[in-house]
Amino acid sequence: MTEIADIVLLILMIVLAVAISRMHNLFMAAMMMGIFSFLSAIIFTLLDAVDVAFTEAAVGAGVSTVLLLGTLSLTTREEKVAPKNNALALLVVLITGSALIYGTLDMPMFGDPNAPVHQHVADRYIEKSGEEMGIPNIVTSVLASYRGYDTLGEVTVIFTAGVGVILLLGYIWRKEDEQ
Amino acid sequence: MKHQSIPRVVGKWLIPPILLFALYVQFHGDFGPGGGFQAGVIFAAAVVLYALIFGLQAAKQIVKPRIIETLVALGVLLYAGTGLISLFLGYNFLDYTALDPDSAPHGQHLGIFLVELGVGITVAAVMIAIFFAFAGRRRLR
Repeated sequence: MTEIADIVLLILMIVLAVAISRMHNLFMAAMMMGIFSFLSAIIFTLLDAVDVAFTEAAVGAGVSTVLLLGTLSLTTREEKVAPKNNALALLVVLITGSALIYGTLDMPMFGDPNAPVHQHVADRYIEKSGEEMGIPNIVTSVLASYRGYDTLGEVTVIFTAGVGVILLLGYIWRKEDEQ
Repeated sequence: MKHQSIPRVVGKWLIPPILLFALYVQFHGDFGPGGGFQAGVIFAAAVVLYALIFGLQAAKQIVKPRIIETLVALGVLLYAGTGLISLFLGYNFLDYTALDPDSAPHGQHLGIFLVELGVGITVAAVMIAIFFAFAGRRRLR
């Protein structure tokens, strides 16, 4: 049953991706990107990665759509028509695409018990994290404690992104706002 | 959208549950799916929805940009500060056992709570700041 759902969702995502790339109305493209994010959130849910699905739905479908629409209100709604038959662009896309597919050939199959990720510390997290951390959600234990240093880096990346946007686009508050 | 009654009414009904849900995801992340990243984004989404319906100036009256700027840094400071406390108590950086040496799970739980709170504060503040920065720009002609 889930296989059928997976296939239907993936086909929908491919159709959407092709439709977005052929679309000249940027407003519609932004909305379609939101739907695309929702579809991938559903796929993450089917893969039992609820935390990732959560983030994808909130960031991909929610906030980034709003930011894209905000940017669109500063520019035009229609895409400038690009020169057709750009052979170089096709070549770059084909090379990148085949490199990505080549990269997936070495990856273990989904759910393969012999995958490297299941050989190292995963067993210990599943068996011990409950008593060591006192909380049942293993994802939170790994994210905030076992791999706390990585998460500190991630938060610093978000902090840097925020500071960068504030510095590039100007201060977010002005004197007249406060009155 | 200030003068359209359906978005206004729906927004008034939806924004409080969204804020409550963000707090639930934040503080229930130890037991169910979610955590600081998701909670921060959901909280920011509620503020963005408010700004879309009632206007940017109204949103800036409630969520002061000056405070948002401070919160962007405060979350990271809370996270790194939790790590520094355990460092000064003689444990490794970010080893939350230091917060309660008698009962390691309790200390870990407290540490995870603190760093997730730091993550949530920074993520929410950065998302709101980015939205304010984008929405506050005037169209160039």
